[in-house]
Amino acid sequence: MRVAGLVKRYPDRSAVDGVDLDIPRGECFGLLGPNGAGKTTTLRLLLGLTTPSLGTITVLGYPIPREARLARRRIGVVPQSDNLDPDFSVVENLTVYARYFGLSPREIDSRIASLLDFAQLTDRAKTNLRELSGGTKRRLTLIRALIHDPELIILDEPTTGLDPHARQHLWDRLGSLRAAGRTLILTTHYMEEAERLCDRVAILDQGKIRALGAPRELVERALPRFVLEIREPVDEGLSLDPACYRLERVGALTLIYAAQREPLADLVDRLHLTRYIERPTNLEDCFLKLTGRELRE
Amino acid sequence: MTTPRPVIRPGLGFTSVWARNFLVWKKLMIPSLIANFGEPLLYLLAFGYGFGHFVKTMDHLPYLVFLATGIVCSSAMNAASFEALYSAFTRLEMQKTWEAILTAPLEPADLILGEVSWAATKGLINALAILLVGLVLGLWWGTGMLWVLPVIFCMGFAFASLAMVMTVLARSYDFFVYYMILVLTPLLLVSGVFFPLEALPRPVVQVAEWLPLTHAIGLIRPLLIGQIPRDLWGNLAVLVAYGIGGYSLATLIATRRLRR
Repeated sequence: MRVAGLVKRYPDRSAVDGVDLDIPRGECFGLLGPNGAGKTTTLRLLLGLTTPSLGTITVLGYPIPREARLARRRIGVVPQSDNLDPDFSVVENLTVYARYFGLSPREIDSRIASLLDFAQLTDRAKTNLRELSGGTKRRLTLIRALIHDPELIILDEPTTGLDPHARQHLWDRLGSLRAAGRTLILTTHYMEEAERLCDRVAILDQGKIRALGAPRELVERALPRFVLEIREPVDEGLSLDPACYRLERVGALTLIYAAQREPLADLVDRLHLTRYIERPTNLEDCFLKLTGRELRE
Repeated sequence: MTTPRPVIRPGLGFTSVWARNFLVWKKLMIPSLIANFGEPLLYLLAFGYGFGHFVKTMDHLPYLVFLATGIVCSSAMNAASFEALYSAFTRLEMQKTWEAILTAPLEPADLILGEVSWAATKGLINALAILLVGLVLGLWWGTGMLWVLPVIFCMGFAFASLAMVMTVLARSYDFFVYYMILVLTPLLLVSGVFFPLEALPRPVVQVAEWLPLTHAIGLIRPLLIGQIPRDLWGNLAVLVAYGIGGYSLATLIATRRLRR
């Protein structure tokens, strides 16, 4: 999958503003970014669901949007909001969706049996959709996206709103798809999810890519290894050990970064801190540093 | 600014959209059929027997036959329109069914064709209910009843296409009330369902001659009583033109709305 110089303008704003990406086969790629950063628009452009204002897109060798219909035969999509058919049972949902891809009845039956097994939904096959929990619906949406055995799977916030069990299950399933060599492109708000699943991530903000690389690499590039989060008032004129780097205040929270643990531990002793967390920096810190900490609309 | 996307011609994918809607209907068939039979049957009995008591014949036909042939048309029109307005809008906005369909290898042209041909089928199902009632009441019989089926599908397609234009323009269900009151109800009154067109003032007749329901009745009433319609090809051409025109316009607007 390759895009170059991608721009999508709407009358009131630029949703995507000059994006270049190159995603090799078999990679799990994460698109991160605050709400309105252009993640969903980027996915829609990849699928040929909307026409770019500028730039070129090639997905699985097909020029998009010109041959999007052919490309979508080989792409599975897990949308952001639930659009399963509420009038149908689990199996009917899968059958009806499979017909959109022109699968034969025999193919459909065998695919459904193996996918229900994959998502541990075999005993719910005949259950009406209205009786399913949010997590179960999400599992069904995932296997619906796999009904035509796609090479590329696009997931828009696959685990938003799920409880921890459902999320673990979905992560596990995505892990096995990745192990089976499928290409995954997902958007998420959960940095833990991106760190756990993705080979590489791009941090998108206001339609532009702010950072691109392996999650660990991005964190190391942007921040020192460790951070001390102090949840109590800290003297304004605090003098820092030269081994401690930046000091940042976010509301009532003070953050102090360092390359090693020792200077942070010394600081804890020196200030007699009681309410603090000392931890390695992570993708969330990096994300907030790059996109700013202020609240977004 | 944003380049409008070229409208892509429909493929066979539309049949899977039709099949989806058929499956939903099949699950809710019984209550749906009761409504299909019930409402027009009430009209037929109340007007046919009540009104027919005073008005014995109309346009050289027993009034009950005149009315029943008109109601076959109006119920096909109503059913096809309702399906393409309310039900289709539910699939567009509430259930996001269209969104799911359009991430599969289907384009708006396929989707709209599937929806419109399903709504036409819905019209046919409703009309069929009345055809059966008429058969039981002895209002008609014979091969005209078979010829009438493709014609009803054609008129259903025309009305579904026109309704679909409204649906893809609509932001909420409120919009459809205007279409029902300002378009469908006047059509019902001036197209010769309840009384012949000739009773109306000349200018109204001139307008009515361009309306699709007039042409549907021009075909279906004679066919049901075993006559060949006077202007068979002219009537058909108008219905087909409304169907193709409405479908093309609906697809164009849908493409702009759904692929922006």
